[in-house]
Amino acid sequence: MGPLAIELHDIVKRFPGVVANDGVDLTVRRGTIHAIVGENGAGKSTLMKTLYGAHRPDEGTIVVDGTERTFRSPSDAIHAGIGMVFQHFMLADNFTVWENIVLGDEPGSPLRLDVHGARRRIAALGEQYGLDLDPDELVAELGVGEKQRVEILKVLFRHAKILILDEPTAVLVPHEVDELFGSLRELTADGATVIFISHKLDEVLAHADAITVIRAGHTVGEIDDPRSVSAHQLAEMMVGSELPSPETREKTVRDDVLLEVRDLTIEAGAVSPMAAGALPAAITQGEVMGDAAPVVTVAGGHRPLDGVSFSVRAGEIVGIAGVEGNGQAELIEAIMGLRDATGTVLVDDKDLRGVSTLERRLCGLGYIPEDRQRDGMVLTMPLWENVLLGHQGGPPFVRSGMINRSSAKDRCGRIVEEFDVRTPGIDVNAFTLSGGNQQKLIVGREMTADPRVLVAAHPTRGVDVGAQAVIWDILRDARAGGLATVLVSADLEELIGLSDRLLVMLRGRVVAELDPSNLTPSELGSYMTGAQQDPAGAAP
Amino acid sequence: MNRRLVGGLAAPALAAAVAIAVSSIALLIAGESPVTTFREMWKTIDSTQSVTFIVNNAVPYYVAGVAVAIGFKMNLFNIGAAGQYQLGALLAAAAGAAVTLPAPVHVAFVMAVAVVVGAAYAAIAGILKVWRGVNEVISTIMLNYIAIGIAAFLLAEPLRNDSSGNLAQTRSLPASARLPDLNGVFETLGFDFPSGVVLQGFLPFAIALGIGYHLLLNRSRFGFNLRVSGANPAAARTSGVNPKRMVLTTIILSGAIAGLIGMAPLLTEEFSYGDQFPKSLGFTGLALALLGRNHPVGIAGAALVWATIERATQRLSTLGIPQEIGVILQGSFLLAAVIAYEVVRRRTEAAEARAAAERTPDVPMTEVAAAGAETGGRAP
Repeated sequence: MGPLAIELHDIVKRFPGVVANDGVDLTVRRGTIHAIVGENGAGKSTLMKTLYGAHRPDEGTIVVDGTERTFRSPSDAIHAGIGMVFQHFMLADNFTVWENIVLGDEPGSPLRLDVHGARRRIAALGEQYGLDLDPDELVAELGVGEKQRVEILKVLFRHAKILILDEPTAVLVPHEVDELFGSLRELTADGATVIFISHKLDEVLAHADAITVIRAGHTVGEIDDPRSVSAHQLAEMMVGSELPSPETREKTVRDDVLLEVRDLTIEAGAVSPMAAGALPAAITQGEVMGDAAPVVTVAGGHRPLDGVSFSVRAGEIVGIAGVEGNGQAELIEAIMGLRDATGTVLVDDKDLRGVSTLERRLCGLGYIPEDRQRDGMVLTMPLWENVLLGHQGGPPFVRSGMINRSSAKDRCGRIVEEFDVRTPGIDVNAFTLSGGNQQKLIVGREMTADPRVLVAAHPTRGVDVGAQAVIWDILRDARAGGLATVLVSADLEELIGLSDRLLVMLRGRVVAELDPSNLTPSELGSYMTGAQQDPAGAAP
Repeated sequence: MNRRLVGGLAAPALAAAVAIAVSSIALLIAGESPVTTFREMWKTIDSTQSVTFIVNNAVPYYVAGVAVAIGFKMNLFNIGAAGQYQLGALLAAAAGAAVTLPAPVHVAFVMAVAVVVGAAYAAIAGILKVWRGVNEVISTIMLNYIAIGIAAFLLAEPLRNDSSGNLAQTRSLPASARLPDLNGVFETLGFDFPSGVVLQGFLPFAIALGIGYHLLLNRSRFGFNLRVSGANPAAARTSGVNPKRMVLTTIILSGAIAGLIGMAPLLTEEFSYGDQFPKSLGFTGLALALLGRNHPVGIAGAALVWATIERATQRLSTLGIPQEIGVILQGSFLLAAVIAYEVVRRRTEAAEARAAAERTPDVPMTEVAAAGAETGGRAP
């Protein structure tokens, strides 16, 4: 057991009306990889921001290498040897790798940049820790994994001995994950300390030397030997109770096919026509418009969506499994008419070629987007106006171009009541709702429109256990009522539990069709990475 | 609702105080007494004549503010209102003088020409943005200069009134194309106008424009799509709004309204377009849309304040006080208001989130924390 690198005692951080951290303790030994797990909103990011100096805690002490510290800004933290690698990269795309690394901490005198010294150090650091990069390549041309390496090198270049990584594997494909942890191992072997936040419990168990579990702003578990716990136990610590089960009961599949997708394809390099050009400056900066897709296109060179065909019957849930960035998002956008694709989409035998997204809703398509705050609602509008969103194409909310406010308000009231949306009223702005309640509002909005087919992307991502159980119930009830559902999720238990059939996507193609009734998450995981092939060959 | 109203009024009040303080410092540096100055300014506006003058001047300001505001609502900056209305007024004046029509139709014809020209000129910037991604700020600014050049060319020869001597201007509109004043209407309501004081006839059109703007924005699907596009472009696209079409339509609409800016002076006062025609109304519109927070009533208030400051400073030079104090007052008011709006917005949003959390049944604190963190830390 090495000496302690970091001790956080009784950290309390309050925001107006909420206590994000309510007495959190964290102890990290030098030279270890330490994982922090917890649900969304448990206070992990707040804690890391405290450690990184992005804000000051209201109470509690920070001890780094045995010395108590007060960080007024991130630069104080960097001086103390603490560096942060953010989930969303902060790199200048039109600069090269080495320029990005030195940016903000340029070596040499104010008048002369020590280019050779900088490049030598970067090369040495890269070689030492297996962070392989061409220093002269433009960052715009790098894949996600390489960009992450640039971020890590940037932190190392500033002499950080303690690295914090916020969900570093969320955007990586499996072999990149292995490379990442390989590099992190090299770092810890050299005496550095790594703290990483993750949702992927299998990964945490495989790579972490110690784990701290945070729930509702408290430290609820400190595990020194990850071999002593299972992913299931860890998950139960995170949520503080028995996990609700997504298990569905009897089959309700009927004969009539409600959604049929034939040979859906998006060519490599195609960018959503709506994303290109014509938007107010803020939109075109990449942050908003499906940024995952173009990245994959550049990195892989394959078609984002490659000849995908399947059908969904009434009363059936078809789950789409896959590592993020393998075509699931594109598939959904193509079904909803948000991206141009070749091939056919039939809803209730009606060909949707040339039908706009708004009209598709009127044809009986419901849609729960992946990122509720980015795509699913307008936070600065009241709840009742958010009920209109996506459904402004026609009746009952819009007639001859004018909005029927009372019908939207009535519907909103009904959603709040039926779907257990906890809110003081329908006139409050959407940002006042918690994530789970925002999601219940969106699910309610789609379900009360009586769709024949529902496209649900990550319907319970980042919501609390209570809301998750409610949403699962809603999906199960709708299934029993004859709804055809396409379910995309990164939560494998959710996929296996809710789906009647599972399709696995890899590099834009459906590579396996599986029966979830006797499938374990780890089996499914091996199909998703391509390690295991469909016994019956690729699905039609 | 109450909190929003209080917030809405607190910011301008704060801004006014800051503006008066800044102007007072400027006056003290110039060696003038702020107390005397502001007392004199107040006296100037204390008459029917002044109020009428202020309303007359505020009308085109208001139209300009609304024209710009509709673009602002979806983060489009139509800096080109200046060029759009000048070309619109010029061509409308020329076309109006060239035809003979019965009175109401003639007025409608002149306005229609101005609207079409304004819309068509704005469409250039819209098409460039949608087709090639050209930033509308740059293109509309450059198009302003082109408009000025075109206007100068047209006035130099093709549309010039040959009998106007040295003045470069179009032929005057006939009586059938002029808007009558509103004195008669108000006199039947018991108001008295001193002789020579005229309440100009474009006011009802401006009010109708404001009501139409409100209905379009808050009651129509187009307005809903526009507001969603402005507040969350990604959600707008996901919901099925076509961003390109939205951008193009909004720029054209903004230009169409901008075409009307010059109608108040043209139809009630000038009756021809020439060198004497007011040229700075487009830029005033930018300031007023900001000051009035793109709200139909807010812009009206801003337009009245603007015109009031201008009226109040008119008499200062006769007293030996520099008139520039009016511009300082306007400028510091605008700057302070923009800052105050942002401060008040953050406070009310935080308070709103807190109040909602308190009144919400059974929400664990951590959930609210998550919501707060996910809105980009807006709550703290």
